[in-house]
Amino acid sequence: MQDIIIETIDAEYTYQNHDYPVMAVDGVSMSVRQGEFIVVLGRNGSGKSTFARLLNALITPDSGKVIVLGMDSAKEENTWEIRKNVGMIFQNPDNQIVGTTVVEDVAFGPENLGVPPAEIKKRVVQALRDVGIYALMERAPHMLSGGQKQKVAIAGVLAMKPSCIILDESTSMLDPIGRKEVLDAIVQLNKKENLTVIHITHHMDEACLADRVIVVENGRIVSQGTPSEVFSDVEKIEGLGLDVPQVTRLMYNLRKAGLVNETGIITVDQAAERLGRLLG
Amino acid sequence: MIRNITLGQYLPGSSPLHRADPRTKIIITMMFMVLLFIINSIWALLAAFVFVTAAFKIAHIPFKFAIKGVRPVLYIILFTVVLNMFLTEGKVLVNLGFAKITEEGLLLAAIVSLRVFMLIASASIMTYTSTPIMLTDGIEKLLALLKKIKVPVHEMAMMMTIALRFIPTLIDETDKIMKAQAARGADIGTGNVFERAKSFIPILIPLFVSSFRRADDLAIAMEARCYRGSEGRTSMRVLKYGRIDVAIFLSFCIICAGILMIHYLI
Repeated sequence: MQDIIIETIDAEYTYQNHDYPVMAVDGVSMSVRQGEFIVVLGRNGSGKSTFARLLNALITPDSGKVIVLGMDSAKEENTWEIRKNVGMIFQNPDNQIVGTTVVEDVAFGPENLGVPPAEIKKRVVQALRDVGIYALMERAPHMLSGGQKQKVAIAGVLAMKPSCIILDESTSMLDPIGRKEVLDAIVQLNKKENLTVIHITHHMDEACLADRVIVVENGRIVSQGTPSEVFSDVEKIEGLGLDVPQVTRLMYNLRKAGLVNETGIITVDQAAERLGRLLG
Repeated sequence: MIRNITLGQYLPGSSPLHRADPRTKIIITMMFMVLLFIINSIWALLAAFVFVTAAFKIAHIPFKFAIKGVRPVLYIILFTVVLNMFLTEGKVLVNLGFAKITEEGLLLAAIVSLRVFMLIASASIMTYTSTPIMLTDGIEKLLALLKKIKVPVHEMAMMMTIALRFIPTLIDETDKIMKAQAARGADIGTGNVFERAKSFIPILIPLFVSSFRRADDLAIAMEARCYRGSEGRTSMRVLKYGRIDVAIFLSFCIICAGILMIHYLI
């Protein structure tokens, strides 16, 4: 297909710097289309972060291939072009901000790419507007909330004009308000700018926003599909040690009690509508 | 409360000195410091003192900030003043019996203290009128020539920037660790010097460990954002000499010439 931007073919990665080798990614084949919103779910240690790092050439697969925009990540000459195109936002909001003010930090990426100064300024302003933190421009990072810091990190990646951004558990250290702020920002970017988003998380409710959910366990993809497809198999998801969204659980129990018969209800609105009909 | 520290001593403003290029300010400050060591007549030093006062006026910085900057070395100044006053041979003005104050001693004391005061005051004008980042930029550009002989100028400037960026973060963290240890019954800040020093170990060790983790995270984040040293890198902030810099530099040169004339002629 034409619009596939990332493709992995049987990618494997093993950590060697332990007492025993740990295979973190064990033969993953998948592809990402332009404009998709993918959520990767998995328990701690399931290999989801390692998988993310394979996608932007922070690590390269031991065997198999990772191909980004037609470039093989194993070839060193492609490294920087891949990292430019696949931006990554990390877990800890404090440890990824380099600049002493918001503007400087957002400018860091394009500066590294050798973009001319006037163009950098334009991109920085645009990126700050896109995530809605233009007003915080001159602030020092330690004066921002966790959610705002993550937005700075997103803006910093956007200023590099990537085709895809990966959020590696970027909402896991935030409070509910910060989490919502960041999610709203990325959903907007996905819908409005058609930016491809790969969001790695273990919050089930965040998965409902996705076009496609990929469940990872022991370095393998164990389930894949739209959120309602994936969550309709409640036993399987719970068997993997993951929770299903509360609404799904409620509907599952109602179905077991024989009150409803459809699967795949995952949002509160859908459930409310269905329950309304049930109660007549 | 601990969060509200200001980095450097920058006082925001829009005076010509604030707007000048940091390189101009660095060069002028260094030249002025050299000048202070060349001149040793009290009249020339007084002229220089007038110049420093005028500079504070131009930058719209109250002169009490100059005195604030000198406070840490106040005892050193007092010590040299006293030593010079009593230990210089010459015409005796006051004889206290065990010691005597001489005219030459008084003069020397005045010269030395004026000189130290102005060294610090002139450096503080620079830091009061430029942000730490401006200064880092200025130093990086000034030392750019050294890159030719493989001095890692860019890397040093980057280290400065990161240090500045992380000072508030680490202060926050220290605060948190101190509270956590206090909650576990750690006794911080009481007892004699040794006990107090020892009580800081449970704070320093977690702080170090977490700093290393932060450094590791930051390095990965920087790589993910295509950082690969100074090669092929541009900067959003472009330093440009303007008319203001020429004006400041020329007037500084004229004033220097004047002070030197006073030094040689009087």
